[in-house]
Amino acid sequence: MPRAGSNVGLTERAYRIRRHAVRMGQVQGQGYVGQALGIADVLAVCYFHALRYRPDDTLWEGRDRFLLSIGHYAIALYAALIEAGVLPEEELETYGTDDSRMPMSGMAAYTPGMEITGGSLGHGLGIAVGMCLGLKRKRSDSFVYNLLSDGELGEGSTWEATMSAAHHKLDNLIAIVDFNNLQADGPSTAMLSSEPVTDKFEAFGWHAQRVDGNDIEAVRVAFDLARGLKEPRPRVIVCDTRIAKGVPFLESRDIAHFIRVEPHEWTLALDALEKGRPQ
Amino acid sequence: MRLSKFAPRQAVNAGERKTTSAMIASIAPDGIPTRNAPFGQTLARLAHQRPGIVGLTADLAKYTDLHVFAQEYPDRFYQMGMAEQVLMSAAAGLAREGFTPFATTYAVFASRRAYDFICMAIAEENLDVKIVCALPGLTTGYGPSHQATEDIAIFRGMPNLTIIDPCDALDIEQATEAIADHKGPVYMRLLRGKVPLVLDEYDYTFQIGTARLLRDGADVLFISSGLMTMRVLEAAKVLEADRIGCAVLHVPTIKPLDTEAILAAARQPGRLVVVAENHTIIGGLGEGVAALLMREGVTPIFRQIGLPDEFLDAGALPTLHDRYGISTAEIVRRVRTWTE
Repeated sequence: MPRAGSNVGLTERAYRIRRHAVRMGQVQGQGYVGQALGIADVLAVCYFHALRYRPDDTLWEGRDRFLLSIGHYAIALYAALIEAGVLPEEELETYGTDDSRMPMSGMAAYTPGMEITGGSLGHGLGIAVGMCLGLKRKRSDSFVYNLLSDGELGEGSTWEATMSAAHHKLDNLIAIVDFNNLQADGPSTAMLSSEPVTDKFEAFGWHAQRVDGNDIEAVRVAFDLARGLKEPRPRVIVCDTRIAKGVPFLESRDIAHFIRVEPHEWTLALDALEKGRPQ
Repeated sequence: MRLSKFAPRQAVNAGERKTTSAMIASIAPDGIPTRNAPFGQTLARLAHQRPGIVGLTADLAKYTDLHVFAQEYPDRFYQMGMAEQVLMSAAAGLAREGFTPFATTYAVFASRRAYDFICMAIAEENLDVKIVCALPGLTTGYGPSHQATEDIAIFRGMPNLTIIDPCDALDIEQATEAIADHKGPVYMRLLRGKVPLVLDEYDYTFQIGTARLLRDGADVLFISSGLMTMRVLEAAKVLEADRIGCAVLHVPTIKPLDTEAILAAARQPGRLVVVAENHTIIGGLGEGVAALLMREGVTPIFRQIGLPDEFLDAGALPTLHDRYGISTAEIVRRVRTWTE
């Protein structure tokens, strides 16, 4: 477990995940960097507090499974996997290029640590249901995490899976919803609102929490609660995040779903991150 | 041609009028030997030897013969409810954890509703999921909501997916075993309930990707899959009495096609080639064979027997099989016309 014996704090991990993501964006000149910056705190808690895994053996049977159903967030997960030591840092230079192990949209066959191919939204939670059933058959105590987005809650298949997980009492399932209220055509709540989102999960039989996804301590507490809960129910943690968090001039940009950044701005973004770096 | 539901119907031959059958009409005519639930029985038997086999269904265990497995192995059976998308993605998840899931539903729901989930969660990952679906083609009188007349056309374009269209109980039993052995995703069309047994009279064993010449003949070459193989075998006997010699090449694997066997049979000169399938003539075995023959420069006189490019009527199955040209009598009539 990489966190054992490490004295690097979660906020520093989150900072580094953001920096890796921005540097990958810099290589490509574009990308879903806003989402990566927004979810970095949650990923820091996942990879340096909650998940059990072995960086050098990503198929270790005893690992917790982390499913990224939102394939376009791949840059965020690559950044976390680099920080976790699963992928070498030099490789971030290859992000999105020909023959790279890090394609623009996350695919299981390409990347160690990428459990599923997630580009078509609404698949992750259903696969998680099957994996949880399988882990129970094997008497495994591993958890399955599925990072979804608020926009993905518009896919009906997600709610089939939500019902199914409760029906099968999948207490080894933890869904994380990145609620950044932004999808391709505009604010998620203006596209197809999923609010009140925790009420919906609770009505479907889940244990639901909602936290500020950029408050690392709050996220950590929520993960501990979700893992430790002694109830035969699946768990969801809805994380309200701010797109482009940590880079103020991008946070305030209108079109933030797929950020195009002027070449000189990447350096400015790295500077902004550095300024906010924990001491 | 569909009758308007507003047009008054004439009670023709009221005394003999056939009624719409139950959801799944038996395709076995009276007096023919059958076996009950060949898929369910075989899967239950296989599960005994293979602890990795699990079964899932979307509220259709009894109608896909999976209930036989479910009764024997209740703890290895997952009832997913009426939710085909999570049926397929959960099967993918179980396969990811090392199990061999058999997922069952009706062919319409797998192909039309759950396509993306089969494609991206299962096929793209080349996972070991077996999708076994009842009511293929025209095997129910319930109308287009339940008639999977285009399932093969939908699935043929999906990379990695093996497609099986077995003919009878023997074929289903052997195919079930073969697909359990096969590494990778499979879509199998299923005849359920009392399924005719016809191939036991021939020297036949099922093998994935292998077509079998069941009989030879000089005038017509039938290339067929699924239940149409038993129909063309019957038709061949009738036509033989007319001195029309018919060969029958059974092609239970639609993908990958046994190109060698098809080409070898179709290359024999002087024979009319008739592809017969329980599927729309668009995008199924017929067009697959036609494209293969064209690519290889083999150009016999070519005919297709299959369902028309229409949404089909509701009604009694024997009536519909006659109406749409896939009954034995209709096959005989058409071949006589074509060979005149």
